[in-house]
Amino acid sequence: MNPWLRHHRDALFTALARLKTSPLNAFLASLALGIVLALPATGEMLVLNFIRLAGLVSTKPQISLFMAQDAPAAAVADVDKRLHALRGVKELRFVPKADALARLKKSEGMAAVIESLPQNPLPDAFIILPASDQPESLEALKADLARMPKVAQVQLDSAWVKRLDAMLRLGRTALAILAGLLGVALVAVTFNTIRLQILTQRDEIEVSRLLGASDGFIRRPFYYSGLIQGLLGGAVAWLLVLGATEALREPLGAMAAAYSLSLTLSHLPAEETVLLFAVALLLGYVGTWLSVRRFLREA
Amino acid sequence: MRSDLLCFSSASLRLCGSKKLSMIRFERVSMAYPGGKEVLHDLHFVVPKGSLTVLTGPSGAGKSTLLKLIAALERPIGGSIEVNGQDITILPRGALPFLRRSLGLIFQEKKLLYDRSVYANVLLPLSISGEPPSDAVKRVRAALDKVGLLGREKENPHTLSGGEQQRLAIARAIVNRPGILLADEPTAGLDAAYTGEIVALLASFQRAGVTVLVTTHDEAPFADVETRRLALDKGRLV
Ligand SMILES: Nc1ncnc2c1ncn2[C@@H]1O[C@H](COP(=O)(O)OP(=O)(O)OP(=O)(O)O)[C@@H](O)[C@H]1O
Ligand SMILES: [Mg+2]
Repeated sequence: MNPWLRHHRDALFTALARLKTSPLNAFLASLALGIVLALPATGEMLVLNFIRLAGLVSTKPQISLFMAQDAPAAAVADVDKRLHALRGVKELRFVPKADALARLKKSEGMAAVIESLPQNPLPDAFIILPASDQPESLEALKADLARMPKVAQVQLDSAWVKRLDAMLRLGRTALAILAGLLGVALVAVTFNTIRLQILTQRDEIEVSRLLGASDGFIRRPFYYSGLIQGLLGGAVAWLLVLGATEALREPLGAMAAAYSLSLTLSHLPAEETVLLFAVALLLGYVGTWLSVRRFLREA
Repeated sequence: MRSDLLCFSSASLRLCGSKKLSMIRFERVSMAYPGGKEVLHDLHFVVPKGSLTVLTGPSGAGKSTLLKLIAALERPIGGSIEVNGQDITILPRGALPFLRRSLGLIFQEKKLLYDRSVYANVLLPLSISGEPPSDAVKRVRAALDKVGLLGREKENPHTLSGGEQQRLAIARAIVNRPGILLADEPTAGLDAAYTGEIVALLASFQRAGVTVLVTTHDEAPFADVETRRLALDKGRLV
């Protein structure tokens, strides 16, 4: 085996052997790392699921045009004709007020309410799929539609998708900030566990130096300890996110169903899992680096 | 004692201290610990290759300090120290580990590791120098055999007697097969029988070609083996 590889393998074995002499410390530190990492990771899992949900629902903007309550059939036919002539309209669907009422009646608890109404309170409506989804042309189209006679209201239905999108983006920024702050905490945790390790290995470090150990020989096992700790912390976090996914799947699915959406929560995808472990390893490395720099100065 | 063979003065240095024959050479070496007064003054001597040299002197004379200078565990404030033909006072920091690995060191405070087995203690220098494990097992056993501790590999150094711990320290010092063995008071605190064993061991290394430099308060136990003698008092050779 080449000497460089052997040095690294020996350092890894030394790190593992030291881990074995204080398994409780290693376990507790990994648990702390994992729990703290699990917070932003769970947030990321939820955000990713909502992004998927938003994508499934509709990214295509849609315009709802509501006729005035008292618009006569002739006025509705007139608007229908104008809409057909408009170039900005790609698809058009007419929803008569009777159909809308029938649909509403099917909703739970609404039937009795609707029975009690003297007349249909709903207007006739058109659902329009615009040809362009550029915000400016959408606004222009909306304005054109609003000017048509006997049109009560024009509503751009992409608004809520946009709002969700904005919220998700905000959520991700908040997560990034949270992750950054927690990252500092995690570096501190590793810094401290490595510091304790250095203190308990004081004699071995001193004797090794006397016997001709290089700085690398002395430092390497600590780096491996830090990386192993990061790895274990990442694994704990991954398991916690898995647990959260399983625990939240049922209630969130039910909540989404109430909005007639279908949401099946899924665990972190491969890239995010890799990212989670990469971050855990990096934090372990940085904590070790700081500790080694501070406490392993050449005597 | 053959102190006549040692080269104390600069005049005799030129006569007998050819590079080939000297393993360790001090030239006008002075030493002071940081912030302290000088503890070694203008030392001038040569330790010939393959010799067994006894460095005597009262407590505080500077014997341990002198050995530490050879291993570059301390640096002199003046003069030059040659080890195996190389001036170690000008070695860069990064080269010092290699110097130390080429020496066998027995410390006055033994510096054994009590959190691991006898075997692991002797293995440490081999791990440091990156010895392949297959060779390392053989070397550790050979070193333990030489000091009579074979069969006690699994024990903790705590369970060994003082003399046995001293022999363990010797095994650790020779496991890398160094050309130079520096032993700081290896017989301190031992009774006559144990002391005799240690002296015999050191003499056997010398016969095998190792240059041995050993410090002691009491040179009597070395009376029966052929040695060179260096005496230090208050930081000066006498
Ligand atoms: N680390 C140190 N820092 C400052 N002074 C020291 C240090 N080590 C030793 N000294 C001083 O250097 C002088 C020589 O000490 P040294 O240990 O070399 O003596 P020694 O001959 O080995 O003594 P002993 O026989 O007791 O081991 C003493 O005055 C001692 O106080
Ligand atoms: Mg001493």
